[in-house]
Amino acid sequence: MNNKFINGDDAVAEGVRLARPHVISAYPITPQTITVERLSEFVEDKSLDSIYMHVESEHSALACAIGVSSVGARAFTATSSQGLLYMAENLPYASGARLPIVMMNANRALATPWNIYGDQMDSMFLLNSGWIQVYVEDAQEALDMMIQAYRIAEDKNVMTPMMVNLDGFVLTHTYELVDIPSQELVDSFLPPITMPNNSMSIENPKSLCISAGNDFNMEFKIKQENDMKNSISTIEQIDKEFEKVFGRGYNGMLEEYMTKDADAILITTGSITGTTRIVVDNMRKIGKKVGLIKLRYLRPFPDEYIRKAVENIKSVGIIDKNISFGYEGTIFTNVNSALVHLEKTPNMHNFIGGLGGRDITKQNLEDAFNSLLLSANGEKQDRIMYMNVRCQND
Amino acid sequence: MIKLNSRTIQNEELFYGHKACGGCGESLAIRLAMKILGERTFAALPAGCMSAVSFVYPNMAFTNNAIITPFASTGAVASGMAAGLEALGIKDTHTVGFAGDGGTADIGLQALSGAIDRNDQIIYFCNDNEAYMNTGIQKSGLTPYGTKTTTSPAGKNLPGSVTMKKNMFEIVAAHDIAYAATASVGYLEDFMRKVQKAKDTKGTSYIHILAPCPTGWGYPTEITVSLAKAAVDTGLWYLAEYENGEFTLNRNPKEFVPVEDYLMKQSRFKHLKENDIEVIKAHRDKKWNMMRRKWNTK
Repeated sequence: MNNKFINGDDAVAEGVRLARPHVISAYPITPQTITVERLSEFVEDKSLDSIYMHVESEHSALACAIGVSSVGARAFTATSSQGLLYMAENLPYASGARLPIVMMNANRALATPWNIYGDQMDSMFLLNSGWIQVYVEDAQEALDMMIQAYRIAEDKNVMTPMMVNLDGFVLTHTYELVDIPSQELVDSFLPPITMPNNSMSIENPKSLCISAGNDFNMEFKIKQENDMKNSISTIEQIDKEFEKVFGRGYNGMLEEYMTKDADAILITTGSITGTTRIVVDNMRKIGKKVGLIKLRYLRPFPDEYIRKAVENIKSVGIIDKNISFGYEGTIFTNVNSALVHLEKTPNMHNFIGGLGGRDITKQNLEDAFNSLLLSANGEKQDRIMYMNVRCQND
Repeated sequence: MIKLNSRTIQNEELFYGHKACGGCGESLAIRLAMKILGERTFAALPAGCMSAVSFVYPNMAFTNNAIITPFASTGAVASGMAAGLEALGIKDTHTVGFAGDGGTADIGLQALSGAIDRNDQIIYFCNDNEAYMNTGIQKSGLTPYGTKTTTSPAGKNLPGSVTMKKNMFEIVAAHDIAYAATASVGYLEDFMRKVQKAKDTKGTSYIHILAPCPTGWGYPTEITVSLAKAAVDTGLWYLAEYENGEFTLNRNPKEFVPVEDYLMKQSRFKHLKENDIEVIKAHRDKKWNMMRRKWNTK
């Protein structure tokens, strides 16, 4: 065991170092910055043999990664917030061309009002970009996911870029004890990149990122959709294999915690899961039947797993650190859509909180659970509730 | 360096079966450039005529590796490809970007600047047909004064475009790039020599080639080359190089061919009045005075 006391950004950088990308295209943006700083140091001290490119914008950071990946090399880049949106145009380019780029996104609020702190408005904006989206809970999972991400993205049945999301500051800047696996172990799990039939080569030249008109376009998109959906089995299998090699795994698409006999559960993504877990433990001690589902992947969306996990639960709350203006939280919409296939759907409530870095406290979560338990008892509760705010719904 | 002429360039077709219009200056420039750069070349092309005519599934016109890039990203994608190839240890290759005037001087300027700043091992071509031709002939930053386009109409109040061409060659040179040149499809041997020079350059190189467009300029397809030659002979375009921190004018005619002949052959300039032509000439003379005063002349 090689334990280090590092923050989430450092953990990502350690994971990337162990994954040995050929090229890193780097552009700084808070709160991702420490990751690209640390990677530049690894390249300098030769603990990482990568080409480090100082690109002039996030748009070019991803464009550069597209170039790297198109010739069959392993690419890494990182971004956050407005930077991710500035890249947005390039995201479907990469996914449509089936380039297995791995990108870290430090989840951060979007302007305006201008704000550097964490919420998940940025990545939710790009749920339709064709990228696999995973949300990690802590620094250890962040490191481990960088290694898993390349295995998943480069799997010949997946061939899809992957966005690893970390909550800004709460995760990127918080120090934790993290186990750094050995290079030998990582090498045994993550072999050098091989890109069958999909990259440029001298022996077999190709044209990539082609045009396809109305005669072929849909077929390309449907193949992409099928592979994205089918990637669920690959994700699960790779996570299991990871557990065998490294001694820790993450339950694939989602993790259920104390759900089996629960009356009410909260569905969480990212770092809020840790706090919620503690609240569940505390409430269980006083006999309240609560639990949680940690949703790890939003694309592909694990709808079948969610249905199975909540079918006997009376009340389900979804925590959204985002709003799809004019409607509701985005994860709430997605979960609801999955549940319409159930014979009897639970009472569904949306807890919107944490916007622009606003705290979600243990008390807020306990309040949410109590509200869900009331709902489970047949007492009417609002469909959408804001957490820890001065104003409520008009 | 081999002496390049019609006998020494390769016979292999490297830009095969594209769908460009008859008389397309850009396709001529790319075809010749590819013949000199050879089959171990990785090409990046943004949105524009050349990507539209060469990558329509299932018909691929490049027989070497090629990719359509996001519009703003020719420089960045080419840089990424070059870095990826270097990291993989794939040697003796060339990475080239072929962008249009809009893709270079407008939306792609940032990525081009970044690539030159890093001195990445790429060759960047600006295929300048002086407007956004693929989208239907709209004004770009390289559209000359007095040009009628679909977004710079000529009428009672305006003579078409009211701005001069953005000074791309000097903007690129101001980065102190390893090698930069201007060219014209009217002077193909000069162009081929410059492509060869770019091919042999260590670091970033840039070639800005004037490539007439029969559709957008409004002239018969068979005069592309002679029109591109006239652009140089009238002084409205120039052949130059930048290397080792110095500018060199490759062609310095004692007298210019009259601009009226060049302009009036094209429907985009047919509306020009005498005073508009005076504006064009005055701008040309100012530029040439500067070049003759400050640049090396051959």
